[in-house]
Amino acid sequence: MNNLLEVKDLKVHFPVKHGLFSRVKGHVKAVDGVSLELRPGETLGLVGESGCGKTTLGRAIIRLIEPTAGSVHFEGDDITSLEGQELRARRRKFQMIFQDPYGSLNPRMTVEQIIGEAIDIHKLAETKSARQKRIAELLQAVGLNATHAQRYPHEFSGGQRQRIGIARALAVEPKMIVCDEPVSALDVSVQAQIINLLQDLQQQRGIAYLFIAHDLAVVEHISHRVMVMYLGKVVELAESKTIVRDPLHPYTKALLSAVPVVDPKSKQKRIVLPGDVPSPIDPPSGCPFHPRCPIVVDRCRVDIPPLREVKPGHWAACHLA
Amino acid sequence: MLESAANVVEPVTRDRAGTAPLVEIKDLKLEFVSGSKALRAVDGVSFTINAGETVCLVGESGCGKSVTALSIARLVPTPPARYPGGEILLRGQDVLKMSKAQLREIRGGVVSYIFQEPSASLNPVFRVGSQIRESLKLHRPEAANDAEVVRLLKLVGIPAPESRMRDYPHQLSGGMQQRVMIAMALASEPQLLVADEPTTALDVTIQAQIIELLRDLKQRLNMSMLLITHNLGIVGDIADRVAVMYAGQIVELASANDLLAQPLHPYTQALMKSVPELGNEDERLQAIPGTVPNLGAFPSGCRFHPRCPKARRDCPERVPELVEVLPNRWVRCFYWDKPLPAPAEALNPNNPVLLQSREQSPGS
Repeated sequence: MNNLLEVKDLKVHFPVKHGLFSRVKGHVKAVDGVSLELRPGETLGLVGESGCGKTTLGRAIIRLIEPTAGSVHFEGDDITSLEGQELRARRRKFQMIFQDPYGSLNPRMTVEQIIGEAIDIHKLAETKSARQKRIAELLQAVGLNATHAQRYPHEFSGGQRQRIGIARALAVEPKMIVCDEPVSALDVSVQAQIINLLQDLQQQRGIAYLFIAHDLAVVEHISHRVMVMYLGKVVELAESKTIVRDPLHPYTKALLSAVPVVDPKSKQKRIVLPGDVPSPIDPPSGCPFHPRCPIVVDRCRVDIPPLREVKPGHWAACHLA
Repeated sequence: MLESAANVVEPVTRDRAGTAPLVEIKDLKLEFVSGSKALRAVDGVSFTINAGETVCLVGESGCGKSVTALSIARLVPTPPARYPGGEILLRGQDVLKMSKAQLREIRGGVVSYIFQEPSASLNPVFRVGSQIRESLKLHRPEAANDAEVVRLLKLVGIPAPESRMRDYPHQLSGGMQQRVMIAMALASEPQLLVADEPTTALDVTIQAQIIELLRDLKQRLNMSMLLITHNLGIVGDIADRVAVMYAGQIVELASANDLLAQPLHPYTQALMKSVPELGNEDERLQAIPGTVPNLGAFPSGCRFHPRCPKARRDCPERVPELVEVLPNRWVRCFYWDKPLPAPAEALNPNNPVLLQSREQSPGS
């Protein structure tokens, strides 16, 4: 088995409750049958608009949210069935970096405590001096200074805080990090620093990333493969270069054309999609994208298109692809 | 109409007809007073907005772009803010000297605003129709009726406006809420629409819809627009002219096409290189080292010098002015037309751009 992570038919459905006795009125199908693989040292980008289920999928994979159905195999073991001690031991191998560098660090803890907590839980340092040394190394690895260890999060800028979050994730030497919009809260000039840092760390340590973002340009830049989600389902999956040059799904095409382009000479035609993303409580029949699709045909309203390998390594869920 | 010649600190561009611009900001300074300290957020900003023109203010957080835009209708509360200098001429009248009654007249009436977070700008307990009608009552009482509300909602592309006007804000999606905000801003038939990061909180496909809508509206209504953004991609889509701000000052001012085709200031250049572009194969992004300086801690001399690849030894000591270096191209930099400095001259010899250029030509 050479896949680090194998997700099969993962579903996360949230019950919608109403009324006096909290009767379950329906389900939000946040993630509806997603399968994916992640190889060691690979970056899989996950794009989609808000509400498409990309964050829920990322969290369900590391069991911050309990999946409703499906399996998640990490290094061959199904982690959806692990509990307690076993799960905690496994969690050392996969970590998460969050979007908001302000909300994800405890303001009452020093940087040393924030990073040291993970080291303590997994008992990765025997002596106090070993712990200190390790924290200093981690801070240097993310471009901070060992003297920063005694400071509190509020003393740092947004980009520096995100570096602390990365150091915390690295503290337990994970094999995979789920990065949930790690740069979208940062200033433009700082985003590139963090993207470069993540790429350097991947090269040095061979960490695999599941990189969740809504900015296609960023995702394309950092990922080896890109997966596009719409209403809880994967609509396209391919190598990142392929998906940008030769997208197959009309939603991916629209998403790509919606990215503002700096070059004023590029007069690419913009596909402006009508309407909004429908509610995942009551998704459209057939292909979930059909109400907004510019090339919809009758069949799309009835049949749900399966995700199929249209070209080698290039998967799309569209009848017309 | 005789106008004084454009001098070094006050870039004034006339529209083709030679009429005075709608907005003329001259050497604007704004400070926030806290205790005995005064933190200068805007330091000598000058630019104009002509009738029917779209100007973009581009910059990162804390560069002063939002407070500059809010100052046009004096929406920055004073105190804590104060204006130690400068003028904002709106149709020839200085906004900074206006009485409360005059300000009430121009707010909404001449200048309308839309903001980043539409859900925070709409009142959650009133139907959207009545919120638009409120704007009509204030500025065009003769048109404060349902028919006009429907017309406005139609104008901004809301389907089934007759029933949508009876919705509360929470029943609308983010993109629809932003459309309602735009309808509200347009209700008073303003001459200037100020849009402060109008698409930042929206998804990419919705962002494209709103930009398309704004572009269409500005053409149909022949309205001036001041768009504030940190996204250079949006600039190319909609702007006629662009002002790039850094640490409270304009560092580059030019037509959108010129600036995007060939940025002259090192900050603009760095900003453009630091964002990944679709389909670009470059392995590594050129990050700008360091962080955006904090208010009250702006570096001496040229404020970009600690992060600048072109900075020479004297950049921390001399303050550059915004100068018209080429026709209609204003740049605040001593060395904009000079090549990258040799290691001995460079102020930041370890700047990634410098290191890279040395790698490429090890002989020099």
